[in-house]
Amino acid sequence: MKLHELAHSRAGDKGDTSNLSLIAYDPRDYPLLEEYVTAERVRAHFAGLVHGEVLRYALPGLGALNFVLHNALGGGVTRSLALDAHGKCLSSALLALDIPELDGRRPADGV
Amino acid sequence: MKKSIRIGGGAGYAGDRIEPAVELAEKGDLDYLIFECLAERTIALAQQTRMADPEKGYDPLLAERMEAVLEICARRGIRIVTNMGAANPVAGARKIAEVARGLGLVGLRIAAVTGDDVLAVVKAEDFPLTDGGEPVSSLGDRLLSANAYLGAEPIVEALAQRADVVITGRVADPALVLGPLIHEFGWSFDDWERLGRGTLAGHLLECAGHITGGYFADPGKKDVADLARLGFPIGEVAEDGSLVITKVAGSGGRVSAATCKEQLIYEVHDPRAYLTPDVVADFSPVTITELGPDQVRVQGAGGRPRPSTLKASVGYLDGYMGEGQISYAGPGAVARARLAADIIAERLKIIGVPLREVRYDLIGIDAIHGPGLSAAAPEPCEVRLRVVGRTDSLKEAVRIGNEVEALLTCGPAGGGGATKSTREIVAMLATLVPRELVNPEIHFFGELK
Repeated sequence: MKLHELAHSRAGDKGDTSNLSLIAYDPRDYPLLEEYVTAERVRAHFAGLVHGEVLRYALPGLGALNFVLHNALGGGVTRSLALDAHGKCLSSALLALDIPELDGRRPADGV
Repeated sequence: MKKSIRIGGGAGYAGDRIEPAVELAEKGDLDYLIFECLAERTIALAQQTRMADPEKGYDPLLAERMEAVLEICARRGIRIVTNMGAANPVAGARKIAEVARGLGLVGLRIAAVTGDDVLAVVKAEDFPLTDGGEPVSSLGDRLLSANAYLGAEPIVEALAQRADVVITGRVADPALVLGPLIHEFGWSFDDWERLGRGTLAGHLLECAGHITGGYFADPGKKDVADLARLGFPIGEVAEDGSLVITKVAGSGGRVSAATCKEQLIYEVHDPRAYLTPDVVADFSPVTITELGPDQVRVQGAGGRPRPSTLKASVGYLDGYMGEGQISYAGPGAVARARLAADIIAERLKIIGVPLREVRYDLIGIDAIHGPGLSAAAPEPCEVRLRVVGRTDSLKEAVRIGNEVEALLTCGPAGGGGATKSTREIVAMLATLVPRELVNPEIHFFGELK
């Protein structure tokens, strides 16, 4: 199962740093995100694309996580040679992360 | 004092649609309409424009936006706050006054906020740059601009002096909303909790359609109706800083808990410490409740004392970018595109183009997510090679695109649609400037009643 089934995301940029939200459609799925989508997993997922530290912040009241990816935008939005210099599409890359269906838990239905 | 203030988010970037702001002004029952049009780099580009023509350097769409909304706003008593002044708020204010005259509007008071341009200070003090710690002087004659992020104070002052339109250069985006709230409710500049809440309101409104279903749709997962007629947001803020986000009834898009959450986290790092010139806002305790269709309550933000320094964006010239693209399609498309990339790499060596950095992207394969994340994808029926390099001179940048174009006669079979381009790179870094070295000023324009 891909994160896309459970959550939505938007990418933001500041200099060479990207931030990716990860928001559970159903707050009941938030603990699963919190348990599985660690900063380490996200860093491994973006290997080769993100060259710096990955930090994770929790917003349990919103059922959301926020990942801050350093050295992620080719030296910064304004000087990057990348086609997507803002890294806008990184949100979709995060949602492509495979997660297991842990302990028989299933994503809650619907949006 | 009013019980609550209604503020419309009329633009989320310089090129944003114009009609949604007209709809907001006509039907939004607004007290204020804001336009956030100044991206990080825009001000450095505007500075270049101003150097070429001292009467320019404000947002190129300023007149068009004002022609669309000024008469409605004047008639309905809606005050406008915008950062469309870019590198030249004074010339921007004169332009607005000219538009007002053209529309036959009399007595409109237009305030320009200046003082964000700190180039002289930054040069004199030679502050360290925040990435790497090199002093500003390390940029030498490539240094273009330095603009400090001003806070809400000069906007509040301009409104207190009865400005109908406030046009600024670089200010923190949420200050466009926080300024009117402080003015209307008389919040103290050290009421950190209210300033934190007002900052959240500003953060949610400043990207306009970003919170009303724009940049949100994902068919089957997140459906949004009528994006061609997307309505822009209205924030209804009460004296205690509590906030309801809504939009004009019947407009396209949607306001839901999900759209508000996406925008709340957008461009935020640590949600407990969202740094602005006015307050360190805390978004971590925020809760979001759907009150009804397209009506969402956002509450619970906090705040702590503001930082002692102001962030300033430093613009500088960083060489040139040269680019060429060409497409391959049908059987063997990817192999031919890869061969083309290899040929270009060898050609750039043979002809001796000194490259500070170069990328070979296969658009349709790996240009966006890179080779790692794209490895398992099936082969597409068409692919576009993109070669882009950074050079010290324009002449060298031109040669990159020329080499890609020459693949039409010297490269693999079946290449088509070659394009080439170059541009000068204006890049941005940041530095921190002590507050006391930054002195905002307000200038009034327009014919008085």
